[in-house]
Parts: sequence; structure tokens; C-alpha cells
Amino acid sequence: MTPEGESDTSGERWALALAAIDVLVAAGNAVGGILLRARPGPVRDAWSDALNLVVPTRRLPASADAEAMDGGLDLTATLASGKPVHRAGILADAQGKALVVPMAERLNPALAARLATAIDYGAPPLVLFDEGDPEDAERERIPQGLADRLAIHIDLNSVRLDMAALIAGEAPPPPLEMLAEPGAIAKDPEAALAVAAAALGIASVRAPIMAVRVARAHARADDRPDDIEQLREADMAAAAALVLGPRATRLPPPPEEEPPPPEEQPDDQPPPEEPPPPPPPSDDNQGDDQEQPEPPPFDPTDMILDAAQTALPPGLLDALAAGTMGKAPKASGSSGAKQKSITSGRPAGVRPGMPGRGARLALIETIKTAAPWQKIRPVREDGRLAIRTDDLRIRRFTAQTQSTTIFAVDASGSAAFARLAEAKGAVELLLAEAYVKRAEVALVAFRGMEAALALPPTRSLPRAKKELAGLAGGGGTPIAAGLDLARKVAEAEKGRGRTPLVVVLTDGRANVGGNAGQSPQDAALASARAYRASGIACVFIDCSPRPRPQGTELANAMGARLVTLPRVDAKSVVAAVKAASGGVT
Amino acid sequence: MAIAARTPFPFTAIVGQAEMKQALLLAAVEPRLGGVMVFGDRGTGKSTAVRALAGLLPPMKVVPGCRYKCAPDDRSPCIEGCRERAGKHVEESAVPFVDLPLGATEDRVVGSLDLERALATGEKRFEPGLLAKANRGFLYIDEINLLEDHLVDLLLDVAVSGTNVVEREGLSIRHPARFILVGSGNPEEGELRPQLLDRFGLSVDVRTPTDIGDRIEIVKRCDRFDRDPVGFVAEFEDSEQHTLEAIAKARKLLPKVQVEDEMLGLGAQLCSAVGADGLRGELTLLRAARAQAALAGKKHVKPHHLAEVATMALRHRLRRNVLDDTGSTARITRAIAELVPA
Repeated sequence: MTPEGESDTSGERWALALAAIDVLVAAGNAVGGILLRARPGPVRDAWSDALNLVVPTRRLPASADAEAMDGGLDLTATLASGKPVHRAGILADAQGKALVVPMAERLNPALAARLATAIDYGAPPLVLFDEGDPEDAERERIPQGLADRLAIHIDLNSVRLDMAALIAGEAPPPPLEMLAEPGAIAKDPEAALAVAAAALGIASVRAPIMAVRVARAHARADDRPDDIEQLREADMAAAAALVLGPRATRLPPPPEEEPPPPEEQPDDQPPPEEPPPPPPPSDDNQGDDQEQPEPPPFDPTDMILDAAQTALPPGLLDALAAGTMGKAPKASGSSGAKQKSITSGRPAGVRPGMPGRGARLALIETIKTAAPWQKIRPVREDGRLAIRTDDLRIRRFTAQTQSTTIFAVDASGSAAFARLAEAKGAVELLLAEAYVKRAEVALVAFRGMEAALALPPTRSLPRAKKELAGLAGGGGTPIAAGLDLARKVAEAEKGRGRTPLVVVLTDGRANVGGNAGQSPQDAALASARAYRASGIACVFIDCSPRPRPQGTELANAMGARLVTLPRVDAKSVVAAVKAASGGVT
Repeated sequence: MAIAARTPFPFTAIVGQAEMKQALLLAAVEPRLGGVMVFGDRGTGKSTAVRALAGLLPPMKVVPGCRYKCAPDDRSPCIEGCRERAGKHVEESAVPFVDLPLGATEDRVVGSLDLERALATGEKRFEPGLLAKANRGFLYIDEINLLEDHLVDLLLDVAVSGTNVVEREGLSIRHPARFILVGSGNPEEGELRPQLLDRFGLSVDVRTPTDIGDRIEIVKRCDRFDRDPVGFVAEFEDSEQHTLEAIAKARKLLPKVQVEDEMLGLGAQLCSAVGADGLRGELTLLRAARAQAALAGKKHVKPHHLAEVATMALRHRLRRNVLDDTGSTARITRAIAELVPA
């Protein structure tokens, strides 16, 4: 994107961000709050200043845990006075203010869940700063349950402000009006927003509900009545740009496919699954609206879609092109997954338990736990702290999940040579980057009658080069054997607590394998289905010059993402792997 | 328009999601079913439905002043002796609904020494935790798949035994903790351990409504509720009352509902046809069918009652078949079609 292009949308995005503040003030906690994507810097500071001008804010300290949210006994004061002293929690403390959460992308799931529940029960409005680098596919993400509850999403990463004003330390530029005039009255705004949300591929029903609230808050901020029948163009535009646009997962159908009659409009913008029936008869007083002397209410759907497109999430278009939309990023911390470790990784709090067997004692926490009881425990003769087993606390850590990419490469037939060379190239490219990310790569080659593990999982580039050097090609295509072996390797990797990703490179036509009652292709399909059942992530790269249905069939059976690369080259293979692993690799 | 102390959204005003609502009603009628697990995407009304149910249930009789809300006609002695103290007095109390936050500490869940008393008077007194609060009511855990492992273990233990045993800080307490566990979560954000999943009686999958008419209606109802909660709730009072009465009637009828041998046989056949592991599935299936019959006001369980509840009672208990990737729901539907005459 050229700098000029950036500055074009920059002004709009900035105006939108400032409008969001007015909406937040008018809406209070009904809209949950604002999710602001911006790296720390002058733009975000200017926005914060603008926010502070109109709403008092309370910052959530980085050290806060779920307990701090709700308050509790103030240990220091309690010990000093010998009487229980209560301390208000952050949530109570922030009543009437906005609660600002810096570095929200690093929020732990427990705290995020607490905040999400708080929103449901009427918490102070939240302002989350997502400081993740938008270019970085591996950045941490705000837990979805929380993000979804915040109506307004804004992206300031591409905003440029007037440098002269910033240097002079002037106040942030005053909000530009999105639309100077409130515009005409919108017809059936609820239905229009719901239809627009579906057209933009937004699955959550919460989005259109929030959009209605934002539209009404926008009307109030503009000192106009917020009755649903009185909402105007400007309100709808604000709701679209603040709520719907940033959540879009696809572009609405092109306008020429939308014939004008409003009664039929839902048919023109089908939701993902099935064509919807016409909307239910509206119980609003549309009839009355039409009799008003004002300009007649207009159908706002197109306008909403246009407005939403000014605020599409950055990268949506690229992601659509790469076919990576629609896969939710895997979140961390599932119950039972091997991610909480007591021995190594990033610290993840403390819990009661006995030290030993690798668990490390959390000394300070233990003393803190024991401290309040000292008065009621019998005094020790040596005057030391009386610490009991119950007081012992141990540290926990979150182990980083590490990934293993397993290539299953078809080394058969005449095209084997080129295909193998590019697969080797992909392995080497991945390994070259893997050092930083501690990812491992393995390669299974299948040809002739059987499959072999040509490269066991490794992180070492030299070793991979050495072992792959002598790999031969040619012969039959035993896809079933190759898939089975790759799956075994993947399952062994899972057992080691790593996240496997299987990448299959083949033309999808098996001619070896199976038995009397089963064709080689059926045997391959059966092996492919085992992937779906075991839940291993996989990518199927169909590299035949003219893709045939067999490849698609196999990919579907595996539950794999299908990538067609008639001309395989190492770089596009690596790109497909990265897209599939969603930042794990 | 700050949302003040939340009036719950009326249960009957929730658009669609019939299976989830049905499962919650069954759990309310037959507490021994073992709770409901709701899987689904974001923004499908999971939390709304579960919280709405609590507002719907008829009040229960409790021993006055009991911190565990013991039932007056319960034989087991109350640990604090309030039943003796209360004599014949009986109080009515709303069915407890406890939201277990993900970040809850073990202390808050199980209960702990009452710090305040300990510091002020040196008295050792137990401060009941969330498990005690949930006794005879609902314990709701949103995003249960993200719950800490040690809390999951603890919950399982209590849910099975119906008693919370506290041995810590010099306290030794056991108190009743019988609750209906309701969990919700998005499978894409982390899987649930199979041991925990099996513990849930019913499981439902909620999908985001794709019907544009439904979606518009949802948006409209939410907006009306935002603007005028009182008026909106009043609008649905009749249907809420109707549902409440249905639950109360079904609870009364439940002990009288007969399950004939034939139905026991059909239940066993269904379970083996779909490959549901363990006795728990069969028992849950029959209990759910019985509750279903009671809700319909019938005194005998019929094949169609079994068919109506089979999917939610069994779908989370099927063994994964390597050679058949058909979804659990489809497998059960197939088995029902084969075994239950239409």
C-alpha cells in the first residue's frame, strides 16, 4: 500500500476512532466496550488523551489476577491492625469509569473470562488495547469470548497523524464528523443490520445486537432521539463501521447481484448455509414512517455494507486470497491438554501443592498464605513462622507448545524428482526458521511398495540435508502406506506433547496398496479417514499438473486443507504450511 | 442506557435453540440426570439460556438459616444443626444459581476458614464456598474447557459424591453439595477431557442461527429488552408461567412414570447400536426419556420419548470409529430410524 493510500483511510479511521469515544460515553456499559488494535505510540496516546478528556479511566495493572478483580482481604492492612480490612476489587473501583486494559493480547484466559462474565453482569465499560503486531501471524490474540462481547472494534495501526501537531504537543485533533448531516431516517434498522451482518459472514448474533445498541448510542451522542424508528443514516453508518466492518470474514456479494426491491433483499445476501426465507412481517410502524413529511425512510442495507467496508479488518483481503479464513486460531489452555507444566515454561501462577517431583516451591506465596494465620496458630518456641502443609504453594508454568511438521511426500513415478527436490527445499526453508521457534520437521517418503521415514523429527538443518541427500524416487504410488506411516509419526509427536501438522504432497492417485477386496484408492481413502478421527491437523497439497477429483476426495476424507499447486515450489509449500499451522510452526 | 442489576432475559423469549432449551428443562425436571453440557459458537445465546433457566424455577423449601440450604425433609443431619434449631419452621428460597468464574481459586470453590472470624475472635469457622452455595441448585461454568485441571478434578469428585469434603487449615468438614452442573464452551477453543465430558448427562450442540428471519427477530427482541426490560418480561410472563407450571407438574409426576421392560430393552439396543460406552449412557438415556415423558404429562415411557432424547443423552459418549467419520449425531439418528418404529 502506498503512503498516499494509507493517508486516505487514515483520516477516516481516526475520525471513526474518535466517534467511538462519543458512542462509548453515550452507551455506557451496554456495548461492553472498545477493542482498540494499536501498537503503543503517539497515535494511541492521542486517542487515550481524547478518551481521558471525556471519561475518567482506571488502568488494569499488569499484575492483576482474577482475585484482584473482586477485592478481598487486604493482607497488609489486616495484619497491621489485627482486624480484617477489606479492599475493594478493581471492578468495584472502576464503577463510573472506563477500565483500560493495556497489553490485552497477553491477558490470561482466566482473567479474560472474568472480564467477560463481568460484562454480562454490567461491568464498567472496558477499553482493551491489543498491542500485537498485525503483521505477525504468531501474535497472541485476545480470547474470543471477551472480544466478541466488546461491541466496538477499532484499528489504529494504519493511522498517521499530523506530525507538526504532535511535535508541538498539541491536543488531539477534534473529531471530524463522519457525516455532517444525520441523513434520512433508516427503514427497519434492526433487520438491515442483521442482514448486513450475515452478508459480511459474521456468525455471532451478538454482533447485530451490539450494532443496534451502537446505532442508538450514536443518535443519543448527537442529541437526537434514540427510538428505533428515528435512527438515521449516520447512526447506521457508525454501527456498521464500528461493529460490523471489523468483524467481517468475507466481502458482501458484489452490488450488481443486488436488485433493488427491499422486500427481497435477504434473498440476495444469503447466509453461509442456506437461502433464507423472507423476513417475518415487521411489527414496526413502517407504515407511519412513510406517511411522515420527511424524506421517505430509505433502505439502509447497501449503505451499511459500504460503511462497513471502510473498517474491514486489515489483512482480510490477503487472508481471503490465501484461503485461510474461517479457521479459528487454536487457543491455549485446554483442560487436559499438556500445556500446564509444573517444571518449565512461562510462569502461570501458583497453586496449593507439595513441592518435589519437579514442582518448585513458591516461597513468597507460601509465606503470604501462612502469614494471616500466625495469630491463631500456637506460637513456635523458636519464634519462627508457623508454616503448615496447607500453606505450601508451588509454581506452575505454561509450557510453549512446539510443533512438528511432518511431510508425507509421494516419491513415485516420473515427476518424483522435481517433487522431492521441492519438498526437500521446503524442509530446509522451514528448518532455517525453526531454530527460533523450536519447531521440528520430519519427512516420510512413499514409493514402490512401501513408505519410509526418510527424516525422523529433527530441528537440525545439517542433519536434514545429509539424510535427505540420498533420497531416491520412482516406482508405484502406495498412498495408504505413506499416510499410515505419517500418522504414526504424528501420533508419536502428540505423545511427546508437541503439535503435529501433516503435509501431504502427492497427485492423489494411488496404484499400490489395498488387498483383494480393496482397490489402492479405497485403501488410501480409509487411511485418510483415520486422520479425521484422530484430529491431526493436515494440509493436502495436490501437485498433479491437472488436478483430478481423487485429490479432493482424499483431502476431504482427511479433513485437510486442500492446496492445489500444479507447479510445486518450496516457497509456496512453506506458505501453505504456515497458513495451516496458524502460527504454530 | 447502563444495564443495571440485570433482569434475566426470559427463557421463553429465546428464539430457536430448541434442543438446548429442551435439555435444560429435562435437567430441571430430573436433577439426577447429571447436568447439561452446551457446545457452541460464540454469540449463540448459551449463557443467556442457562441464566434464564434459573429465573424460571419454582422456589424450594429450605431449613431457615441453613447455610447449605438443606431441605427440611432431608434425613441426613445438617452439619451445623440448623434443622434441630429451626424445629418445624420452613422457608422458601429461590433455587440457587451459581456462576463459577474461570479464575476462581480453590478456596472460593470449596470454602475455607473464615478469615474474618479467625482474625477477629480466633474462632475457627468454616466459610462455605461456591459448592455449598450451589447445593440443590445449578452450578454454571462458562468456557468449562478452559477450566484449570485441578478444579476440574475437584468438581468431578464432588459432583459424583454429592458431598464436599474439606480437610484444610485445620478444618474437617463435610457438607452436602448436590448440584446440577451446566457447562458451556466452544470446542474450537480447547477440548474437554473425555472423563469430564462423560460426567455430563446431556450434551447439546448449538449452532449460530442461519435463518435470517430468526436472526432479525433475535436482534429485535434484544433491542426491546434493552429499552424496556420490565415491559418485555411482562410480555412473556404468561409463557414463562406456563413453563414453570409444566416443570412443577413434571417433577411431581416423575416418580410415577413407569419404564417397562420393553423400554429398558430398547434403550440397551440403542446404546449398543451406536457404540455408546458404559452403563452411564444407558442410565442417562432412560432417565432422560422418563423426564421427557413426565414433561409431556405421560405416565408411561414410549419409544418416541427415547427417540426424542437419545441424541442429547448419547452424542458425547460414542467411541470414535476410525473407519467411519460420520458425525455422532448422524449415527444416532440412523440407529433411531432403524430401531424405533416411526
